[in-house]
Amino acid sequence: MSVLVYASSTDGKFKKSAYEVVSYGKKVADQLGTNLIALTINADDASELQNYGAETILTVNNDGLSVFNAKSYAAVIEQAAKAKEANVVVLDSSIDGLYVAPLVAVGLDAGYASNVVETPSSTSPFVVKRKAFSNKGFNNTEISTENKVLGVAKNSFGVHENAASASVENFDAEVVASGVKSTNIEKASGKVTIADADVVVSAGRGLKGPENWGMVEELAEVLGAATACSKPVSDLGWRPHSEHVGQTGKPVASNLYIAIGISGAIQHLAGINASKVKVVVNTDPEAPFFKAADYGIVGDAFEVVPQLISKLKDFKAQNS
Amino acid sequence: MKILVCISHVPDTTSKINFTDNDTKFDTNGVQFVINPYDEFVLTRAMWFKEKQGASVTVVNVGNVTTEPTLRKALAIGADDAIRVNAEPTDGLAVAKELAEVVKNGSYDLVLAGKESSDYNGQMVPGMLAALTDFNFVNGCVGLEVEGTNANANREIDGGNESVATSLPLVVGGQKGIVEESDLRIPNMRGIMMARKKPLNVVEPTGSENGTSTQSFEKPAPKGAVKLVDADNIDELISLLHNEAKVI
Repeated sequence: MSVLVYASSTDGKFKKSAYEVVSYGKKVADQLGTNLIALTINADDASELQNYGAETILTVNNDGLSVFNAKSYAAVIEQAAKAKEANVVVLDSSIDGLYVAPLVAVGLDAGYASNVVETPSSTSPFVVKRKAFSNKGFNNTEISTENKVLGVAKNSFGVHENAASASVENFDAEVVASGVKSTNIEKASGKVTIADADVVVSAGRGLKGPENWGMVEELAEVLGAATACSKPVSDLGWRPHSEHVGQTGKPVASNLYIAIGISGAIQHLAGINASKVKVVVNTDPEAPFFKAADYGIVGDAFEVVPQLISKLKDFKAQNS
Repeated sequence: MKILVCISHVPDTTSKINFTDNDTKFDTNGVQFVINPYDEFVLTRAMWFKEKQGASVTVVNVGNVTTEPTLRKALAIGADDAIRVNAEPTDGLAVAKELAEVVKNGSYDLVLAGKESSDYNGQMVPGMLAALTDFNFVNGCVGLEVEGTNANANREIDGGNESVATSLPLVVGGQKGIVEESDLRIPNMRGIMMARKKPLNVVEPTGSENGTSTQSFEKPAPKGAVKLVDADNIDELISLLHNEAKVI
């Protein structure tokens, strides 16, 4: 018996979510009194994972897996789980993690709980807490199958250093052919993505037009943040669809979410309320967002945001 | 082409969320149920295939009798017939196994589902269904074309977009982009009248065992009131974010 974590990497590099799932997996392995095995596919430096508690690190290096493919990756994870007799498999909630997890669950005939926000409240029965009803509730779910797959909600457990000295083993996985072939990948380079960002700066119709987004981008740059927008803004074509956050758009689970000129419709809040700290700037004190936010400024974005940029620049200069 | 569209029956996002029976059941009292918004996108794409390329469109839901109005709405939008698998959908794996049975019995070429439901956002069932039927699978799909048995799809990836080539039979977990919001259809009176006459077949479940079960529900801790900062006092906001919230 052991716990297996799949630590995903992009272009060989781990993201924060990989460290988070390893940290999470370590806690679960401790609860079960067993070892933590981390699996990597084509990662540059897999040994990094020992800083977060991985005791065994399996490295798969195979050119046949150079581009993510859900079926092939799921097969590798399954093979590793079987080879190491892991009956708890932990994955992250990245786009690719969510793609691959259900395939792994079927492969291992495992009960699967996604959007898990805490370590198990009990291991016998095995009970985890997961998000439900667009973050308006939680569901304590028992997984009753022998094998279990857990999808950890982004930024819910956090990254915890827990140095171990890991043995790094090469794992020779068979590459299973997939009927889905990647033909082209387009990626914006050098931009912080909404999924990875610790801080997201988002703006809505209160900005009056796409020509006014310069200050939003500048604020995001000062904070090292990703930019996002409300649904009406993407529907109007002021900003690309890829920036739309909220229900049916991208989910946000950042540490800080700054909403400028967004009223806070319930569909918007459903997608962003997993963020830890929410700041709202709006001229209308009755805007529903003020009920959901932690900090608020009732004021005109065109006055508040430039001030915020200049004060934050001073703050960053003093604190760097 | 035979298309199956999986429809989840979900509480409208504006619903008040409450629990009953000692917090073990979701309180449906006063809750408006709707077609899962993610499923509306793929249903609309299915209608496009039907009208432009010729296809039959069946909608399916795993649920009890209370989900029938949701299936009727899908029929009113234009699906040809509906199947309800008469089981409580309490676990992703069990639902996927029931749907796999429907897929096998109906020999569908293309199975479309929203990538997730708006209540649990789990993204569990489409992938499980693909794995159980051994169909090809594209998740997070924002564009889909089918020519003969070949399919080209776009899917959202972190920070961009990936084009993939695949073939039928295929399961697609779709989202906004597979059609645009403005293309979504609202049932008209004629559609609603016709929907009443369309077949809605109830099939009994195979009795797939649950992999998971709900022990209890809980609500998040009540949130404190917003701290308002004066628009002329940005320094205070920065200080609060740095010292109190510790996020900058």
